[in-house]
Amino acid sequence: MTITTRPGPATPVSPAAPSPVRLPRAGELARGHARGAPLRREGPAKLTGTALYADDLVFPGAWYGATLRSTEPHARLLGIERDADFDWSRVVVVTAEDIPGDNVVSLIIDDQPILVPVGGEIRHQAEPVALLAAADRDTLREAKARLRLRTEPLAPVFDPLVSSQVFAHFDMGKGDIAAGFAAADLVVEGTYRVGHTEQLYIENQAMIAVPREDGGMTVTGSLQCPYYVHKALKRALALDSERAVVIQAETGGGFGGKEEYPSLLAVHAALLAQRIGRPVRMIYGRHEDIAATTKRHPAIVTHRTGVTREGRIVAQEIDLVLDGGAYCTLSPVVLSRATIHAGGPYDVANVRITSRAVATNTPPNGAFRGFGAPQAEFAAEMQVNRVAEALGISPLELRRRNIYREGGVTPTQQVLRESVAAQEVLERAAEAAEFERIRERTARERAARTASARTARGIGLALGWHGAGFTGSGEERMGSVASVELTAEGAIRILAASTEMGQGTKTIFPQLVADELGVPYDAVEIAPQDTSIVPDSGPTVASRTAMVVGGLIIKAARRLRAQVEERTGRPFAESYLHDAQTWGGTREDERFEPYPGVHFDDETYTGDAYPAFGWACAVAEVEVDLDTGEVAVRSVVSADDVGRVIHPVLAEGQVEGGTLQAVGYATIEEIKLHDGRYLNDRLQTYLIPTAVDAPRIDAILVEAPFSGAPHGAKGVGELPMDVGAPAVVAAIHDATGVWIHDLPASPERILAALDGHEPPGPPGISA
Amino acid sequence: MSYELRVNGVEFEVAAPGMRRLLDVLREDLGLSGTKEGCGEGECGACTVLLDGEPVVSCLVPLCQADGHAVRTVEGLATAGPQGPVLSPLQAAFLEAGGAQCGICTPGMLMSAEAFLASGADPTEEAIREAIAGNLCRCTGYTKIVEAIELAALGRGADTAPGA
Repeated sequence: MTITTRPGPATPVSPAAPSPVRLPRAGELARGHARGAPLRREGPAKLTGTALYADDLVFPGAWYGATLRSTEPHARLLGIERDADFDWSRVVVVTAEDIPGDNVVSLIIDDQPILVPVGGEIRHQAEPVALLAAADRDTLREAKARLRLRTEPLAPVFDPLVSSQVFAHFDMGKGDIAAGFAAADLVVEGTYRVGHTEQLYIENQAMIAVPREDGGMTVTGSLQCPYYVHKALKRALALDSERAVVIQAETGGGFGGKEEYPSLLAVHAALLAQRIGRPVRMIYGRHEDIAATTKRHPAIVTHRTGVTREGRIVAQEIDLVLDGGAYCTLSPVVLSRATIHAGGPYDVANVRITSRAVATNTPPNGAFRGFGAPQAEFAAEMQVNRVAEALGISPLELRRRNIYREGGVTPTQQVLRESVAAQEVLERAAEAAEFERIRERTARERAARTASARTARGIGLALGWHGAGFTGSGEERMGSVASVELTAEGAIRILAASTEMGQGTKTIFPQLVADELGVPYDAVEIAPQDTSIVPDSGPTVASRTAMVVGGLIIKAARRLRAQVEERTGRPFAESYLHDAQTWGGTREDERFEPYPGVHFDDETYTGDAYPAFGWACAVAEVEVDLDTGEVAVRSVVSADDVGRVIHPVLAEGQVEGGTLQAVGYATIEEIKLHDGRYLNDRLQTYLIPTAVDAPRIDAILVEAPFSGAPHGAKGVGELPMDVGAPAVVAAIHDATGVWIHDLPASPERILAALDGHEPPGPPGISA
Repeated sequence: MSYELRVNGVEFEVAAPGMRRLLDVLREDLGLSGTKEGCGEGECGACTVLLDGEPVVSCLVPLCQADGHAVRTVEGLATAGPQGPVLSPLQAAFLEAGGAQCGICTPGMLMSAEAFLASGADPTEEAIREAIAGNLCRCTGYTKIVEAIELAALGRGADTAPGA
């Protein structure tokens, strides 16, 4: 075949559903299952290149959109000026005054504009000021260069410790902190700092807005939370619910990074599309994606810990500061999770935790796997490991003496009535990694090491906990709905807004429903994540999908089964086709009801902060190059209690992937800033681990089911992210004898510590 | 200018500037959107395709450099069967071992793995990791990707055994 094509507007390619893909026949390798569990539902499409991500979708006649951003961290916007020599008739420009609805991307408070208005305040270096669209990329690029911002500079604030603008603060605790310290034989203090890190999903942010015939707007893109985008779109474009439609394209990773930013990008694309009356594509390149989108919050955590000679922790005084960046976004919720998790998984009688999230003139920070807990737990585990060293007790033994057990009481006065697996994950990981035996060996190696040694090996351990689902009464307020229907045609279909971004929603949901109905996995379909089709099941965040939404669809399936069986008098599997033919379709909507016995008081911030906790322990082995300060992480064993394993291969995949992100956090990932701008804002300079950097990761799944969920699941996505980094830094200490207090434990920081020099500047602070 | 290239066994004549990225030619001109763009600067490997059997990042290859050469993309891995495409053993191994999560790195990862398997190199864990070191994955921690490639290598070994 010979075809002749020209570059320019893309050749229309039908986004038709890919043809079914078959596995190789028996004997052609395939076993047809994933260790006894079903194969990933959308796996064949992803493996053959037929899965359609946003940038793969073709909309004939679409224009390309771009964003003009500020270049100053703090300024007053005086004007946006167009070069008079440029032909502006080929371009559309949208500014704040063109927004039909409210100029706000609302999450918690209405502080972040969609576009900074003239006369308004620019609060960070990557702030959107104007939008442009053109029929081709070259014209768009040229037009963007012909727009100028006129500004009046204002003094920026970069140091969170001096920032006077507080987004949220907490003060929580239990017992008598003064009495606790009075009873201590030893007090250990420490300050730990972590900087910005990037989610680095491999698919950049992408949205395509298409005007609807009814005057509304359909936006298709890469996103975690269809209804967050829906809400933002309605408000910005002043649309009713029916005329604003949000559809998730195949999504190439999220990790929290596609929780909030897609709302802003969708609104940007929609404003341009509405203005031109044709589809507009806004597909970020990597540089813009890193420069402008949310990062993990930098944190400064100070600990003071009182402990008895026998190794009982009797007092914890903790202060935690998060840098929220220029706008509030989700910072209060990130802060609350960080605060509640700040003491670590230890039952301490006397605790006081104070915390605040503050504003700086840097791009807003937001959700990233773990949502405040990894920052807080890095500090907590560093502190516990240092206490163990000060007491001369093994880090494993010190934990045994202090961990939560059933009946333990947390800093929010939550009584841990069930599903407490701190000890089990601790013992399983320590045993599998031979922690004590290898620790004895590394101690001998350290003692025998001479000045000519070039490398040093070490082992380290960290324990963590992660509250399952939303914090406090979040789930109750959200009132999520998910549905299961038997269509009139006899199809069984799940309707939920929970998105697939690689973690396995589209596989585990049909599994859960198939099990409940007693039908084969392949008999259960899942409806597209399209707000005109599926109800609002809440955002796909907080490791809540398997536990909360999975629980809803099980209950809906249970009701569907009961109805059909009552009508037909026969088991569902044998009778549902007949039932559908006779009675037509049946749909069961299930709305979230609070878990029995779980109560939280928002006023006093006390009670059951989470329905249950997941527990995790990581043991890392490292080899440190004593000449270069480079760390090779050789292996990590991670034992994670997820409540109930629904799909072993997918659950292990979550633990392995989260563990490697934690290893990157510990060793190489660091955003450097200058004048409030990220310096390493591309993949040549922001490094993540490759297959060669990655350790051998051994995931151990532990099951301590939560009785409130019908299937016992507690979630798995975030848990491994909490423990990897402190385990790696403990291993570096075991190898070298030096503590690295700031992440990442980069060669610069390790060499400075080995040589007794001042470490390089703290992470997360703009030069 | 017009350039000739053979993509997944099919001859194409493409009229486009010689410096147009092979990635754009594949995705936009030929409608083969299986190959993905992750960074546009040759760091992530998502756009990896095989050029005469060698893995290259198609975001850094201009069309003129592919002139007269054979390009293989993810769309060329599965084979046609009577009821639709049949996954190659490598793709099937990824599916069963859990080597694909979000799937965006998968097309490039598969092409690097395919080149490794075709090289006949001893499929040790170290060699496999080295072969895919230019392909970033943020989801899997690489463990299950390495397992999948090992699995495919074993299958391939069996295929070439006497009687297979």
